[in-house]
Parts: sequence; structure tokens; C-alpha cells
Amino acid sequence: MTHEERQKQHEQASELPKKKKWLPHPVLSVVMVLIWLSLNNASMGHLVLGIFLSLGIPYLVQDFWPTAVRVHRPFKLCMYLLLVLVDICKANFIVAVQILGPNKKLNAKFFEVELDVKNDFTIAMLAGTITLTPGTVSSELSTDKKRLLVHALNVDDVEQAAADIKHRYERPLKEIFEC
Amino acid sequence: MTTFIEYMVAALILLGALFALIGSIGLVKLPDFFRRLHGPTKATTLGVGGMILGSVLFFTAVERTFQFQEFLVSLFLFITAPASAYIIAKAALHLKVQYDAEYIESEAAAKEEQQDQNLS
Repeated sequence: MTHEERQKQHEQASELPKKKKWLPHPVLSVVMVLIWLSLNNASMGHLVLGIFLSLGIPYLVQDFWPTAVRVHRPFKLCMYLLLVLVDICKANFIVAVQILGPNKKLNAKFFEVELDVKNDFTIAMLAGTITLTPGTVSSELSTDKKRLLVHALNVDDVEQAAADIKHRYERPLKEIFEC
Repeated sequence: MTTFIEYMVAALILLGALFALIGSIGLVKLPDFFRRLHGPTKATTLGVGGMILGSVLFFTAVERTFQFQEFLVSLFLFITAPASAYIIAKAALHLKVQYDAEYIESEAAAKEEQQDQNLS
């Protein structure tokens, strides 16, 4: 692509908001401002700088991150975060007992979770949740993004564990971010 | 500061330290690579989380300043820890790190037998 062509495309883009948007990730921008303000002491100057950064960075990186994150159900997202926090605390105690107990009792296994979620961000959220809850680590996503390989520290029924993950974490995530 | 808050802060910090310790013990004690990965996830979640909660409680009670920044430590850890665990696990899978439990247990048993023989 020559420079002129690019220039032309750029001009078209500014006319058609579909090509190069000024606000590609509205949710992300709001979160960025909030994090910037809490990292620095909240003042008027930092608010302006934060808004500038949270508009500029998503504008520059939008080609690498084409689909915007959309939160369809904010209330459900809060409930989901609470659920994950409670699960992390519960699972921590269970895994603590397992680690201190004898190694032979641990029935470690790999198992695959068939993914219904398709958005990259949602898959990343799901994989992060699985890793953060002690006892399971998500270790590989298949190239077609349809299966997630999970390693569990102690699991007896592999199918039950996969169904638990789907039911407990994947379904709310799908509702929050996708449909 | 009331005694109750002091006890709460002490309990939270001890809880955090305890989980960091158990995570580290898991890292040493568990038999194969993939099981060892489970140790650090504990240390980053409840381990750091407990200590941060204790610190926030202390500063709110003593200095009357609510430090929101400390929660950001936890937030960034929660974002980055799964990514690094994922990359480590993926690298191990590609290098075909041995994870067959029975194989490793039989190796350990053979080693113990050898030690017993050496002793006797």
C-alpha cells in the first residue's frame, strides 16, 4: 500500500466512523480513566491526562483489538466477581489441605472444556478465572479456540469438573459479555 | 485504635503469610511440574490478598486515609498471574514435560528403595 493510498483510506476512515473509530473501546476507556485516577492522586490535572491517555491508547491499538468489550449486564458482572472471590477463598482452603496432605491422594489430571464463548476477551476472562481459583490451571487453548485444556490438582470425575466450570463460570460470562 | 482492629489486622496478615507459605511448600513438595503450578496460584490470591486487606484496614483505622491503590496491587496480580501461569504451562506442554503420575511415583519409590538399601 502506497502512502497516498493510505492517506486516502485515512480520509475515508474519518468520514466513515466504521473504519477507524475515535472511541473504539468505550468501556475500556472508562476503566482506564478510573485506574489512572486511583493510581495517581485524583486531581483535575490527572483527570485530563487520564482522559487523554484513555482516548489515545485505544485509538492507536484498535487494529490489534478489533472487537470492543461490551458489558451487557453490569449487575451480573458484579455478582460474578463476588462469586469468583468467594470461590477463590473456598478453594484456597481446600487446596491448602490437599497440598499439606499426602501426595499419593492427589489425583491430578488434564481435562478439556468445550467452549461455547467465542469472543477472545471472554475466553481470556474464563481462562483467568480457572487459573485464579486454586486447584485448576488453564494450560492450553486449542488453535480453533473451541477447547480449553485444564489441569486439575485433584479431580475424580473429569466430566463433572468440566460441567462445573461450564455451568458456574462460562454461562454467566457468556450472558455478561456476549448475548 | 481499638484492640479489636489490631487483632483483625494481625489475623489478616498472618492468614496471608500462611497461604504464601503453603503455596511455597506446595512448590517444593508436589511431585510433578504441573502440580507444582498450583502452589503459586494460592500465594497470589489469598496470600497477597490477605496481606493487602490487613494493610488497608490498618491504614484506614490508624491514619484515617483510605488507600485505594493497594487494591490495585491485587487487581494487577489477578490480571497478570493467570497469563504467566498459562504461558509456563503451555511451554511445558510443548517441551513434553513428564506429567504421568504413576511414572513419577514409581521413580520416587525406586529412589527410596535405593536409599533404604544404602542404609542397610
